[in-house]
Amino acid sequence: MKFTEDHEWLRVEGDYVVVGITEHAATQLGDVVFVELPEVETLVTEGDEVVVIESVKAASEILAPVTGEIVAVNEALVDNPGLVNDDPLGAAWFFKIKIDDLKVLDAFMDEDEYQDLIS
Amino acid sequence: MGNIPTLRSLKGWGMTELMQLALRDLHVALGGKLVPFAGYDMPVQYQGGVLKEHLHVRAAAGLFDVSHMGQVILRPRGTYAQTALALESLMPVDVLGLAVGRQRYGMFTNETGGILDDLMFANRGDHILVVVNAACKAADIAHMTAHLSAVCDVVPVTDRGLLALQGPQAQAALARLVPGAAAMRFMDVAMLDWGGVPLWISRSGYTGEDGYEISVPPTALQDFAEALLHQPEVMPIGLGARDSLRLEAGLCLYGHDIDTTTSPVEAGLTWALQKARRTGGARAGGYPGADRILHELADGPARLRVGLRPEGRAPMREGTRLFAADTPVGTITSGGYGPSVAAPIAMGYVNAAHASLGTVLHAELRGKMLPVTVAAMPMYPTTYKR
Repeated sequence: MKFTEDHEWLRVEGDYVVVGITEHAATQLGDVVFVELPEVETLVTEGDEVVVIESVKAASEILAPVTGEIVAVNEALVDNPGLVNDDPLGAAWFFKIKIDDLKVLDAFMDEDEYQDLIS
Repeated sequence: MGNIPTLRSLKGWGMTELMQLALRDLHVALGGKLVPFAGYDMPVQYQGGVLKEHLHVRAAAGLFDVSHMGQVILRPRGTYAQTALALESLMPVDVLGLAVGRQRYGMFTNETGGILDDLMFANRGDHILVVVNAACKAADIAHMTAHLSAVCDVVPVTDRGLLALQGPQAQAALARLVPGAAAMRFMDVAMLDWGGVPLWISRSGYTGEDGYEISVPPTALQDFAEALLHQPEVMPIGLGARDSLRLEAGLCLYGHDIDTTTSPVEAGLTWALQKARRTGGARAGGYPGADRILHELADGPARLRVGLRPEGRAPMREGTRLFAADTPVGTITSGGYGPSVAAPIAMGYVNAAHASLGTVLHAELRGKMLPVTVAAMPMYPTTYKR
């Protein structure tokens, strides 16, 4: 699993990347009450705003960590935004993105580096 | 999408030079997450999180540390009535008519009829106790000192802590420690004894629930807070839930829903402007901005604070613009998720023509126009013990 400075995690599944937010981010956000997901088949560029997360107190955005095509979104989050707090690394994945070259993931942090960032 | 932060802003939540609550160590020991608010390092939530804390207050009882707020005594040098009348020169509110042992809501106005701060004041027999917002307290004390010093001493109470105990089981919890609290009615004030400690208690709060605010001397503050937390009904509650509770209760947050540009009439606070200070009343006018306020009372204001219920699940936050067809007609001043309503809720100002209940407006949210309906406040029924 790889990590971004925006507190996202990236996990490779076949030829696409699953994206979620870290436990640290979920804890900092507090109780999540609303999630707005992108549409499937959207082409996104690294840095595009793709997801809106709202907790009881604040709104935040998730940026596309890589350039590619959104191939799936986790509709369960729309009906149950609290999943983000309950299982951020598992059931609360946000979207799957198809990218040309998985090598771009090498640039992201591994778990140890991410732990250093948040400690 | 809009000007909202990415998660990267989670980094570097640093501390500047903030004032510290006397109970800071207790908050930390209870798992409180401290954030800057009104110049203080304040617990925004404890371990349970905002949702659980909010729902606990509605179901049982919650303890809030509101020691950042300003407590000020107005001690008459002449008669009580002189001081009451002097305070009336700063507020569109009936101070003189307030009975001994009672508290009232009020607001300092400016020359243009805007609100400098909102506050509670109590008739404690030989003096008046005023409780003001933390962010405004220095200005409020200067304002009162400048205008009231001829008739009374303006004495900030700097050492006593202030705790709020709120919720349907607040009475049961407090009465176990202070039996006399049970007999108090909404907006009563009393000085009651807890094992030799003089407590200043009011039956009031800012959550829409029954409850109390309790001013405690510094030497007993920690012990008293812990004694309350020991009661099975009571859980510590942070600022996050305080905000969602007051929003559901339709109560204004100074600096957001009311400020120096909003009049009490626009803000829908006319219930707090007693007859004695209105046109035809015994002491009509005679406070800053009376021209505008009396005019708005007679003819209606140009805009009004209203409750708003967004359709769908997306919370609509402060600053969200409101439209009728393509015409801008208002702005949201407070908004978020209402845990007890289980839906997004908001309040804001809209032009009077669009302020009637049931009017459907559109809110501009991240480039989309989403429907939102003008709704009655409070959004969640209040349970004051009148």
